[in-house]
Amino acid sequence: MNTTPSAPPPSGTGDLVVDVRSLTKRFGGFTALDDVSFQLQPDMIHGLLGRNGAGKTTIMQLLTGQDFASHGTVNVFGERPAENAAVLEHVCFIKESQRYPDNFKPKHVFRSAPWFFEHWDADFAARLIDDFRLPVDRRIKKLSRGQLSAVGVIVGLASRAPLTFFDEPYLGLDAVARQIFYDRLLEDYAEHPRTIVLSTHLIDEVSNMLEHVLVIDEGRIILDEDADDLRGSATTVVGSASRVEEFVAGRDIIHREAIGGLASATIGRLTPDERRAATSAGLELSTVSLQQLIVHLTKVSDKEFKEAA
Amino acid sequence: MIDDGRPIFLQIAEQIENDIIQGTYPAESQVPSTNEFAAFHRINPATAGKGVNRLVDEGILYKKRGIGMFVAAGAREHLIAKRSEGFRHEYVQPLVTEAAKLGIGADQLIDMIRKDMKQ
Repeated sequence: MNTTPSAPPPSGTGDLVVDVRSLTKRFGGFTALDDVSFQLQPDMIHGLLGRNGAGKTTIMQLLTGQDFASHGTVNVFGERPAENAAVLEHVCFIKESQRYPDNFKPKHVFRSAPWFFEHWDADFAARLIDDFRLPVDRRIKKLSRGQLSAVGVIVGLASRAPLTFFDEPYLGLDAVARQIFYDRLLEDYAEHPRTIVLSTHLIDEVSNMLEHVLVIDEGRIILDEDADDLRGSATTVVGSASRVEEFVAGRDIIHREAIGGLASATIGRLTPDERRAATSAGLELSTVSLQQLIVHLTKVSDKEFKEAA
Repeated sequence: MIDDGRPIFLQIAEQIENDIIQGTYPAESQVPSTNEFAAFHRINPATAGKGVNRLVDEGILYKKRGIGMFVAAGAREHLIAKRSEGFRHEYVQPLVTEAAKLGIGADQLIDMIRKDMKQ
C-alpha cells in the first residue's frame, strides 16, 4: 500500500512519456506486434485505433508492465515499466473487462483508489458517480454491463494519472453516458492536462477530441499523425466512371467503388485548384471522416481477399 | 459546426473571424477562453488553442496577461479586406460554373442576384 506522496514521474529521456523502439511481441507462433516504434508526447490525447486483434491491447499491456516484450524496448517516463513501481504508480489502465473481487461494491473500489493513485480526486469521483447515476452500494456482480463500465470510467478520470489508458472503456454505456464521459474528460483534461490514450472503435465519436492518432493493423503501425493533419487528407470523388477515371489517373487510390456508369474513388489531399478542376469537370467531392479513412486503410484489400478465398 | 474536411484549428479561427465580422465580438471586447471554445465545440483544448493563437499571430486577437483574449482595434476591417480577396475565387466562380451547367445566361444570373440583394 502506498500512502506516502510519491516522487514525480521519472523522466530519463527528455519529454517523451512513451518511447517504443522495434517492439515485437510473439505469442507462440503468432506475432501480435511486429517491429513497432512510436512515441507519445506529454499532455496530449492520443487515439490508438485499429481493428479487433490488430495489437492495441497488447501494446497497452506492454506499456503498463503487464507483459514482457519478445524483442525491442519500451520506455515509459524514461524507464522500463515492467515490475517498476516508480513508473506504474503514475499509470492508470482502464480495461474493457476489468475484474473485481466478487463481494466488492463500487464504493470499495473508489475507497481503495487513493492507495494506488496519488492524484485521486474524491470530490470529482463523487460528481461522476452522480453524473452516471451509479449505485455505489450494489455488489459489483449485480451491476449491469454499462454500470460496470461506468466504474472503470470514473476510476480512469478521477485518478488523474499522468498517463491514462482507456481500452474500449464503454461497453454497455448508452449514448448519453458516453457523452458524459467525453464532456467530463475534456473539461478535466483542460484543467489538469495529462497524457491520455483512448482506444476505441467509435472513432466518429472521439475524433474531434484527439490531438494525435496512431493506427495499428496486423501488428504494425500504419498511421502516426496529428489528427488535424489527417483532416482533408483524403477526398472521395464521385461522378461518371469515365470522368472519375480521367481525374484520378496517376494518383494513389485508397478506395474505389463502381455502380453502373457511376464511380467513386477515394484519393489523397486535393489543392484548391484541383478541387475547382474536379467541380468544373462535373465531379462531386466529399470529405472522408477519420473513421472512413481508417476503414479504407485497414480493410482486407481486394487482392488479399481473393488470395484468402 | 465542425466538419471533417478541414483542420479543426482552421475552422475555429474562421468561426471567430465570422463573429468579429458580424459584430458579435466588437473591437476591444473579450472573446471566450480556449477551454470554453473546446467545451462548446467538444474538441481538444490544444486544437482550440491553436486556432486562437493563429488569430493572435495575425494580430486579430491580443492577449491580456491573466485576463484573457481580446479583439484588436481594426480587426474587423482587416478581416473584411482579407475575405474580399478570396470572394471571387470561392463564391463567384462556382456560381458561374453551376449557372453555365444549367444554361443560365449572364443577364439572367445578374437579374437573380439583383432580386436577392433587394430582399
